[in-house]
Amino acid sequence: MTDVALAMPRTPLWRRLIGFNLLTGIVLGVGGWYVGWFGAHALGTSNSLDFIPKIDQNDLSVYLAYLGGVIGFLVGLGFLNYPIARLRGYPPSLREKEAHGWTRYFSLCTDHKVVGIQYLWGIGLFFFIGGLNAMLIRTELLSPNHQVFPAGTYLTIVGMHGTMMMGMMTSGILGPFANYLVPLMIGARRMAFPRIEALTFWLLMAAGAILTTTIFFGGFPTGWTGYAPLADQSNAGMDNYVLFFALVGISMTLLGLNMIATILTMRAPGLTWSRLPIFIWGVLSTAVLMVLAAPVLIAVLSMEAMDRTAQTTFFIAQAGGSNYLYQNLFWVFGHPEVYILALPGFAIVLELLPVFARKPLWGYRLAVAGMLGVSLLSWFVWQHHLFVSGINGDLRPFYILSTELISIPTGFTFLCGMMTIWRGRIRFTVPMLFCLAWFFNFLIGGLSGVYLSDTPSDVTTHGSFFSMAHFHYTIMGGLVFTFFAAVYYWLPKMTGWQLNERLAKIHFWTMFIFFNSTFGPLLAVGFLGQPRRVVTYASGLQFLNDWVSVSAFCLGFSMLIFLFNLVWSLAFVKKPAEMNPWASRSIEFQLPSPVPVHNFDRIPVFSSDPYGYGEGPVPTLVPAGQPAGRE
Amino acid sequence: MASQPTTAPTPPTDSTNHGLRVVVAWLVLSAITTPLVAIYVGPLIPPGNATVQGQGQVFDNQVMTSFVTPILCLMAVFFAYGLVKFHTRRNEAILDGPPLRNDARVQLLWIVITMAMVLFLAGFGTYELLKDGSGGGQGPNPIAYPAHHQSALQVQVIGQQWQFTYRYPSLGGLESNQLYLPANTDVALHVTSLDVIHSFWAVELGVKADANPGIDNVAYVQTKGPTVFHVRCAELCGLWHGYMYNNGYVVSASQFQTWAAQQTKLYAAIKPFMDKPDNQGGAPYAHSYLPAPGGGAPPVRAG
Repeated sequence: MTDVALAMPRTPLWRRLIGFNLLTGIVLGVGGWYVGWFGAHALGTSNSLDFIPKIDQNDLSVYLAYLGGVIGFLVGLGFLNYPIARLRGYPPSLREKEAHGWTRYFSLCTDHKVVGIQYLWGIGLFFFIGGLNAMLIRTELLSPNHQVFPAGTYLTIVGMHGTMMMGMMTSGILGPFANYLVPLMIGARRMAFPRIEALTFWLLMAAGAILTTTIFFGGFPTGWTGYAPLADQSNAGMDNYVLFFALVGISMTLLGLNMIATILTMRAPGLTWSRLPIFIWGVLSTAVLMVLAAPVLIAVLSMEAMDRTAQTTFFIAQAGGSNYLYQNLFWVFGHPEVYILALPGFAIVLELLPVFARKPLWGYRLAVAGMLGVSLLSWFVWQHHLFVSGINGDLRPFYILSTELISIPTGFTFLCGMMTIWRGRIRFTVPMLFCLAWFFNFLIGGLSGVYLSDTPSDVTTHGSFFSMAHFHYTIMGGLVFTFFAAVYYWLPKMTGWQLNERLAKIHFWTMFIFFNSTFGPLLAVGFLGQPRRVVTYASGLQFLNDWVSVSAFCLGFSMLIFLFNLVWSLAFVKKPAEMNPWASRSIEFQLPSPVPVHNFDRIPVFSSDPYGYGEGPVPTLVPAGQPAGRE
Repeated sequence: MASQPTTAPTPPTDSTNHGLRVVVAWLVLSAITTPLVAIYVGPLIPPGNATVQGQGQVFDNQVMTSFVTPILCLMAVFFAYGLVKFHTRRNEAILDGPPLRNDARVQLLWIVITMAMVLFLAGFGTYELLKDGSGGGQGPNPIAYPAHHQSALQVQVIGQQWQFTYRYPSLGGLESNQLYLPANTDVALHVTSLDVIHSFWAVELGVKADANPGIDNVAYVQTKGPTVFHVRCAELCGLWHGYMYNNGYVVSASQFQTWAAQQTKLYAAIKPFMDKPDNQGGAPYAHSYLPAPGGGAPPVRAG
């Protein structure tokens, strides 16, 4: 049946545009939006049903409009086709996987490799929108008093930057790279739930569109944390924030469940737990956090949505609610969330170091213990975000201890990484440079975290630019740097084309230097008394702020170098990539570039982990007795 | 399989004890830099010595920086040595390194050292916190306070969009938008809010306490000599959050009395209005937030 599908004559473009694809999705999405919008107005509530009355604002319409829009979008993409076909008695199939040509990237496709590449471009788009917001923030902060943007616009920019980055980049590595690589690395032909896999991606894109359109509803003033009494009195743009993060939460939960199910059930013969690539362990520990943390986010945002539309007062103290409830629930999600961002970075560093140091991964079990330990401990630290909040203070010593304990499993990752490159034969390739930069950045991020975990020191640094610089060191320095390591390492495999190495090195060095030149001084700025998210600051801090702004612009320029390299190499030069450009022993590099649709002709059988550098030739993947073909 | 790596490990020609070299270099570097950092850099870290609590934080930062320095030294020495010594040239044949997979002694040593440092820092931080509260907000039932907190000057800090006002129950309920504190005095700051969450940050005093509606968040601070300090809101509270700042003053006792008399006179006209309960047309928060004159925690409003 595969062959029949591939042999079909090419249909003309106009014909292919009609059907279930992105275009239809957008059309039905816009239609659904208006249905929801006018439907809610037809309910006869011209004003918001809200404890805090707001004039000329109908939150219910915004919620129903976007829900209608998302449903229309998914229907247009064809997510209902399969359930309806099954209800009508058709047999199970994975027809979406057999799509071919470039149009499959713009439609529902259940090939995990297509979804991975969709994720890469989709998340990349929103990453650049978030980055542009950062440039606008730094433009505003060039001067202590002069206003480039009105205060409300500035807060919206800050909120968009933070929410976009935290929401979209949560799947920044698991989305593109885990979706693409997990089936390959465990010797499977697909994820456990291919349609859910596609759903996570398209939900995320719908969420991104919702957050971007907050500007049509006045934006939102709360930053990415969305703290409650302020969120309750905010204008309708806040509803976009709530919907965005709730959809991201649903997407994260499904993504995590899919990863766990795939890794638990679909490993090829011989791939025991101690032979799993360390990247898979990182994905697994992240996925567990996603599945357990994201539902808390969905719950707290549902309560917020009800506070804003249905006259509940969960978070309004004057009416019997509690703003601590929001803070607690948000950080029960929020602190595992930051490790959801950090852990894939650990995994990529540990996965790449053996390749470029030509040595086996040192202390495999310790590395696994480190990631699982971080995953476990991250549940017991959330109240360090509330050290000075006035919530019951008796637990603060416990949270000091638990927060500092996290540095022990994090230290395992450092030790394993350092001992892996020790006495190796290190090649300074671009992915390796990004991994080495991770050590530097995460070291600064971790050590500045020591100050924040210690309540007496936290009294000054809490809510200041110090904590902002700290989490940029851990998230941008930890996640975004390893994201680029992964891009440079795996993109030749994913696309079949090489990236220009000279431009890549220029990108690395400018990014590394200006990243540190941006966030290093901000550690000092925070200690000197500049709170986060302010539109004005003490005039004595102008020099440092200007320095940071100029560095940030250079950092933005460095991203443009990357973008240019990407477009130049993939669209114009198109130099074919070798099958194994890094001489890696990992299984995905034993396959052709790009990887064929069904991954393996025969399911491989594993006899070792992929880190046997210096331990003999790469073992051939002995074909098992299963025939080739589709599942 | 064109670029299949050569699989022969490098012959063990190198008998140098690289590990010993790194450890010795690290110990020497740490022994030099740590005291220098502790003595010269540590005391420069904010918030400074304007209050006992600020001084405690400076000492705390000094100790932590002394712990951080050797870690930075280890990383610097390790990567400087490792990357210079063990890298290959461009275009050099890709050979495998020695297949070292584990060393239980190194693991054990690493775990013991990191565990010891973490436990010390956690214990030290807890001690510093419990000593006098470190200027942080502790909620309505503080667990850490200075020795003479019973006789502390009570000041209520009321956050609202977008300013702080300060209420002095011992001055007959005087309320002002200026924060004046007498020198060499124990002060109990009762931080609360009328609308959304704010955070009262007196930067140079080393004080930070979130202002929550309906919650009395107490922070203790012991002032020293006269000084000027900055007050900022450190929790995003809406449109004019960035403009929610002011100067505060620590002044001598006599100057404080003069200021209090002058402020009492200034606000005499609205004083009766401020003291009325809110259901009789008074200020909306007058009674629910008034701390009992002469000390003691103000009542926490239900809900």
